[in-house]
Amino acid sequence: MSSITDSKFISFFKGFFVTGKQPAKPKVTFQYPEEKRPKPERLHGRHVLNRYEDGMEKCIGCELCAGVCPARCIYVRGADNPPDAPVSPGERYGFVYEINFLRCIHCDLCVEACPTEAITESKMFEFSFTSREQAIYTKAELLVDDDGRPKQLPWEDWRPGDDKNTSAWVRATSPSGRADLEGVPLWSGELGYGVRPPQAGQSDPEAADVPADTDISLREVEAGELRGVGVRAVRPVRRPGGGR
Amino acid sequence: MNLVAAAPASYPGDPVFAHGITLGVWVIEVVKLIATFAIIMVAVLFMVMYERKAVAYLGNRWGPNRAGPKGWLQSLADGIKLFFKEALVPADADKFVYRAAPVISMVPVLVAFSIVPIGATVTVDGYTTRLQLADPQWGILLMLLASSVSVYGVMLAGWSSASKYPLIGAVRASAQMISYEAALGLSVATVVVLTGSLHTSAIVAAQHGGILYHWNVFRAYGLPAAIFFVAITAEMTRPPFDLVEAEEELAGGYNMEYSSIGFALFYLAEYAALVTNSAFFVTLFLGGPDGPYWHTIGPLWFVVKVLAVLYVYVWARATLPRLRYDQLMDLGWKRLIPASLAMLLIVAAGRISWRWGLAALAGSLFAFILLARAIEVGQAQTEAEATRELEAP
Repeated sequence: MSSITDSKFISFFKGFFVTGKQPAKPKVTFQYPEEKRPKPERLHGRHVLNRYEDGMEKCIGCELCAGVCPARCIYVRGADNPPDAPVSPGERYGFVYEINFLRCIHCDLCVEACPTEAITESKMFEFSFTSREQAIYTKAELLVDDDGRPKQLPWEDWRPGDDKNTSAWVRATSPSGRADLEGVPLWSGELGYGVRPPQAGQSDPEAADVPADTDISLREVEAGELRGVGVRAVRPVRRPGGGR
Repeated sequence: MNLVAAAPASYPGDPVFAHGITLGVWVIEVVKLIATFAIIMVAVLFMVMYERKAVAYLGNRWGPNRAGPKGWLQSLADGIKLFFKEALVPADADKFVYRAAPVISMVPVLVAFSIVPIGATVTVDGYTTRLQLADPQWGILLMLLASSVSVYGVMLAGWSSASKYPLIGAVRASAQMISYEAALGLSVATVVVLTGSLHTSAIVAAQHGGILYHWNVFRAYGLPAAIFFVAITAEMTRPPFDLVEAEEELAGGYNMEYSSIGFALFYLAEYAALVTNSAFFVTLFLGGPDGPYWHTIGPLWFVVKVLAVLYVYVWARATLPRLRYDQLMDLGWKRLIPASLAMLLIVAAGRISWRWGLAALAGSLFAFILLARAIEVGQAQTEAEATRELEAP
């Protein structure tokens, strides 16, 4: 019997049934600008300059980020803090801060180099500037505002809620490898967010319930945090080797 | 038996010419000409979208859905974009032939569509005319002629480009088209034998009435219809017979050097041929504008049937992988041509009496067994020779 159904002639038509069934199935395409996929946990998007919880700028103008930048896209000039109205808690502050996004390769080395966690990368990467002036982000564009939220520029596409993920640094430098540092936040507070919780470690019973192959924003959606704020379809991101 | 010649002599042409050619006849013919051209052009624009949408749905995608309502203006936008691009001519190209080739592939398709009947007759202001641009005596031969001539468009395009990939693509195309022309012609001949006329309107009229069983697809026992379908797919170099434009091997095929209007014309010709040949499939085998019920809405039936046939094309494209060249030639020469010959014999004998039909069937089966044995022996010999060559020091 199986020799009949496996014959060349029959299997030729079986192929037609396989494709013929597909139109009734759900589509795999995301309608991109309207419908966005959850972003990977450690995505490197555009930079933000953070502030402390009291509103002081974290940048001290040390230029380490500019020094480490392999694309030479960062330009920093430090200046002494004015004694009567200091901008940052230290001696100096970032007086000029420019990032040329035509050159930036989003390697995150500036974030690693920064001694005060002043510069971090957000998950927002969808910007379509049309001129050099727009491509070079100055302090006015990079610095978070009085609520600790990054500024949205006219050519940037992000939805309400996307800016929650600004401080990718927090997650990127989580001490997941060292058992004694697990669950201990090793970073300072941020304006608008306070001290961000550490990335879930391996022995965290809560984290064990969350499958390893899902996105952080999926967890947030499941927790009800992002519901109704622009994320229409959230699906687990399958990674090779992962799986429930 | 006078199978072909008897009927056409008595079969009337378009009744509009019955009372001489007056101004009214001129007006009607010009209107029909423009309408036919408009139909084929709109059909092409529609078909491009229809195919892209259908093939997307068969692959779990949405297809183009940005330009216009639900994306249905995408092909129009593509066309406008193409016509505003620069028309490049390669330096070594034969300029005249290079420019003429797209036209040579476009015109036969348009000519062929003019004999497709999309309805019975209409009467306007006392003039009764058929719903087809032309109803010549040689009728369906025009379709075979058109498909033969369109080989030249492809061949000349590949040759005049002075580039190797287009040339290889064109050589493949011409060999493929000529191979399948035989099977195509023989399956059309089956229908002609059944009808006793070359007029497309007569072929349609013979299939009229009743519920489906008058259609040639049943009267010719199905196989010629299948052969015709496969043959025109190969004739148009549609997938799975699109070795002509195998991207992995030929970087695009015979139209690789073309841009702008030349490329657009090839594209138009390809899809116009698709629509026209589907229309011919409906005309020859599926009863043309005849439906199982409501015989008065002929053109609507026609459109529905053409859409169904077009969907099968797209479905096949989404399903079947491309054939290898030897598989293509095997299918054409060793299977389709003998099968269509046998079906022509059987149908013709069946027109005389059922005894003759059975005799032809038996003879065909015997011939098939012989042929299968011959192919087997030949292949074994070829393989043995190949092994000997491999093993030779």
